Amino acid sequence: MDLSLIIMQLLSGIALGAVLVITGLGLTIVFGMLGVVNFAHGALFMIGAYAGLYLASLTGSFWWGLLLAPVLIGAFGMLIEFVLIRRLYGRSIDDPLLLTFGLSYILVEGVRIVFGSDGIPFPTPPQLIGVLDLGIGFFPRYRLFVIALVAVVLLVLWLTLEKTRIGLIVRAGARDPTIMQVLGVDIGRVWLAIFGLGVGLAALGGVLAGPMRSVNPEMGSLVLAEAFVVTVIGGLGSIVGAVVAGLMVGISISMVALFAPEMATIVMFALMAVVLLIRPQGLFGVRGRTA
Amino acid sequence: MTSPSSGEVIAKPAPSGIGRILDHRVLLSIVVLALLPWLLPSKALAVNVLIYGVVVMGYNLLFGYTGLLSFGQAAFFGAGAYFTGIAIGRYGVPWFAAVPIAVSLSTCLAAAIGIVSTRTRGIYFSMVTLALAQLVYYVALQAASFTGGENGLRGFTVDRISLFGLQVNFLDPVNKYYVLMALAALAMWFQSRILNSPFGAVIEAIRENEQRARACGYDVERSKLVVFMLSGAISSLGGCMLALHLSIVPLDILHYQTSGMIVMMVLLGGARSFFGPFVGAASFLILEDVISLWTPHWQIVVGAIFVLFVLFLPKGIWGTLMDVIGVGKARP
Repeated sequence: MDLSLIIMQLLSGIALGAVLVITGLGLTIVFGMLGVVNFAHGALFMIGAYAGLYLASLTGSFWWGLLLAPVLIGAFGMLIEFVLIRRLYGRSIDDPLLLTFGLSYILVEGVRIVFGSDGIPFPTPPQLIGVLDLGIGFFPRYRLFVIALVAVVLLVLWLTLEKTRIGLIVRAGARDPTIMQVLGVDIGRVWLAIFGLGVGLAALGGVLAGPMRSVNPEMGSLVLAEAFVVTVIGGLGSIVGAVVAGLMVGISISMVALFAPEMATIVMFALMAVVLLIRPQGLFGVRGRTA
Repeated sequence: MTSPSSGEVIAKPAPSGIGRILDHRVLLSIVVLALLPWLLPSKALAVNVLIYGVVVMGYNLLFGYTGLLSFGQAAFFGAGAYFTGIAIGRYGVPWFAAVPIAVSLSTCLAAAIGIVSTRTRGIYFSMVTLALAQLVYYVALQAASFTGGENGLRGFTVDRISLFGLQVNFLDPVNKYYVLMALAALAMWFQSRILNSPFGAVIEAIRENEQRARACGYDVERSKLVVFMLSGAISSLGGCMLALHLSIVPLDILHYQTSGMIVMMVLLGGARSFFGPFVGAASFLILEDVISLWTPHWQIVVGAIFVLFVLFLPKGIWGTLMDVIGVGKARP
């Protein structure tokens, strides 16, 4: 086993992890603000992939799909918050979870009705087909693009949260929504926007993953489990945690696939179990809220 | 196990009217279940109500009575089925020995998953149980030489069984139903026994107020682990029943969609009540049966009905009914 192969596999792991980071981030941001875990997150990821595919074929360009699908599905997420989730604030914390689980049933079956039960191939955009010579080996262009795009999205998110007035309101709202209301902030609108953002991130993950995985109505179920593993390892509600854990899980899957392919899916769950035994609140989680 | 000091009596209000009849809950359930094959359109549906009723009843111990929303109950349902099938098909164990072996092994699995998951609280618990149950799913998928992988477990058929020297044709649906009903009755007696015990009061105390239960001196973590194992044991018996009934074990039984279905059933029927799980399993399965006559996309209707229940009828069919006739409050 030579070093360059291991480095290439590491890069593959980062590309895989980048999609996990985006998906886990959507879940963790919504929980951090609203205290809601969205069980339809996987289904919305799947819908994002379908929307991307549909919009790309409609406009003839992958880039329009990549841009519009997260925005449209994000708006759909806001509708879900406004019509359904909003009624459950103040009730048991289990209720939004149960409701979104029922919703995922509807969404998955809805996609089956519209697009059929079989998988659909998601073509790689023509500009990104092929491999790039990195000196030590060849790496698919598309995966490099995914890594770069996720890095940019993370940077924009981080700058918005840390450096702008909106970010300040969001961070303060996560800490104490009541005080924010007293200060005259319409916290309901903040929650609506954050839920939309979380769902939009799930859809973005779906579009990005499309050319790397097969697109089918069931693809969300593995994604939901993956997103849970990432947020549990990183600590629910922690943005840094989602980034670190997403990359960790992606790299672990990729490395284990090199030595024992049949263990690749199992390793992330084992990783989660180990983290839970040592730090029940997750690597960057705050004790008391969840563990 | 944590239990109050001996001699402590748990006071219960004297029931009257309907409440008095409902007091003999195990007996009453057995009577209703004995009539079920003749009330429902098909024997197959009645067997499914029986099996899922037991699975959901076991789950209700965890969700309804202890307040722990697990999304991983399929692991134990599936484990019971797989262990039964492997014991009979691979090792030639007779069915009456295979069932207790399968339940014991599944309880060990519940202990392993419980040790990790009961360290977490609230929403974390739901996510961790889902993830660990998916781990079991992928292990079963990969260990194809034992489990048959994606094709499911085949090659074990129980066609006739001997009961105290009496040969019973197990392929006859009516015989099969009543043999499986005996197992279900055992599970119901066991569950009722747990709920009436001091331990049953402890888990409800944990649901109502975990901090206060802890302050009263109960070992909350230990009780949660024990209830997780008991719940897994009862649900795994449902798995054993499924294996005996179908003579194959589909891999899908371990998927989290099955866990989700169990959650839906308990909510439709009504958590926190003894009869709720059976009402829920029956209504879900009848609904599925009826809607699939109209459209193959029955999941969209079931999903919508479930969402409406979460929004407007969180106590489920049985719980709401009991509230309406006014006996719900005093029942454990």
